[in-house]
Amino acid sequence: MSVNTEFKPLIVAFCCNWCSYAGADLAGTNRLQYPADVKIIRVPCSCRVNPMFVLRAFQRGADGVILCGCHPGDCHYTSGNYFTRRRMALLFSMLDYMGIEKERTRVEWVSAAEGAKFAKTMNEFVETVTKLGENRRLEDLRCKKQS
Amino acid sequence: MQEAIIKRAKELLADGTVNRVVGWKAGDFAYDVTPAVFTSAEELDKDFLYNDFCAPNLSKYLIKESRKEGKVLVFLKPCDSYSFNQLLKEHRILRDNVYVIAIPCRGKVDIGTVRDSGIKGITDMECDGETLTIHTLYGDKTMSHADSLGDKCKTCKTKKHAACFDEMIGEEGEPNNDGKRFEMVEKLEAMTSEERFNFWRNELSKCIRCNACRNVCPACSCENCVFDNPASGIQQRAAVTSFEENMFHLIRAFHVAGRCTDCGECTRVCPQNIPLHLLNRKYIKDINEFYGEYQAGENFDERAPLNAYTFTDCEPDVVYKRGGNA
Repeated sequence: MSVNTEFKPLIVAFCCNWCSYAGADLAGTNRLQYPADVKIIRVPCSCRVNPMFVLRAFQRGADGVILCGCHPGDCHYTSGNYFTRRRMALLFSMLDYMGIEKERTRVEWVSAAEGAKFAKTMNEFVETVTKLGENRRLEDLRCKKQS
Repeated sequence: MQEAIIKRAKELLADGTVNRVVGWKAGDFAYDVTPAVFTSAEELDKDFLYNDFCAPNLSKYLIKESRKEGKVLVFLKPCDSYSFNQLLKEHRILRDNVYVIAIPCRGKVDIGTVRDSGIKGITDMECDGETLTIHTLYGDKTMSHADSLGDKCKTCKTKKHAACFDEMIGEEGEPNNDGKRFEMVEKLEAMTSEERFNFWRNELSKCIRCNACRNVCPACSCENCVFDNPASGIQQRAAVTSFEENMFHLIRAFHVAGRCTDCGECTRVCPQNIPLHLLNRKYIKDINEFYGEYQAGENFDERAPLNAYTFTDCEPDVVYKRGGNA
């Protein structure tokens, strides 16, 4: 029996309850395929995502972090995603500045009707991160299983 | 300058306008100046200093001082006045309890810069105008005042005070818009991702988590700091992994993004000489680029960039589109 040594990335996706999480649900009911490497965390609004959440995900061994929220203008709380937009632009820029590959972070706006876009985004993102390989620059070794 | 300042402070103490003065006095070494509170004319005569070593930013002390009884007199350099304004804007300082005198600054001598120039065994320093005389175990050395400045003063953003003072001693200076303060940030941005990573690992791995950068920062003045919360996983203790070192500095810089006035205190107090202001300046530079020029503490009406938004803000993928090195 051969052991599968192919690299499987761990992707954390923060999805807002009102749009993207419903979008993910729609992708599921439509039987659209996206990799099981994506672990979805539901948040009330994309602006609930503290920069620390993103860093903590990386610390616990995530290889990529993606934030999904309502399209600008469609936020359930009127303005949450506008704040996310500013915050994450700055945070990603800073991560890049500190030498963390910028392709490991992403923000995508997915509405509840865009199941197809959700699946497509996730497929693309997983592919990008798989190419980059394991996240070695920003991980907490204690949280990784010793192999 | 020092005489004029002490004279005015004594007058204000004598006529009862204020009952104490926040200023500077010599620390363990003459060049190692420390903030101090003075309550009498005698104390002022004995200890009060204002010279080329008085770098500490006094504005943060007013958070507590302005909540005590009576009015407090404070002297603010141009840099400090921006921090003061920013704190006022955030309702951290009770303005009615503070009497502010703006004083000029010609750049402060930085002990780190002097040491980096290869001068060892420093016992004392004196500065008379343009020449800095350094007494060392191996004899006296000299250096020009301009060469001995710290990075924050060499690339000084302004010699003009933010409008917040009650009176001024000396003359108002001019803002400096030559953009030189972003030179080092630009240099880092031009590096490859791996070089940048190695640069920051090299710098941040020196961190001993003394929290001096957090404690001195006027923008960093939450009553309950995330770093004091044991549940945060990054509470006050030595960093265990390289990740924690990165995370502490990333979060520290992020929490003051849009509020940092670029006073450079974080770098000045760092016992390990980590250029922390480069993180803050990166945020300032990005904010200027993405959301328009913004100087924290400059005026009261503008909302901080991270507390505001416009419908046409750039998308976060501007970071990838900007190109640069992978």
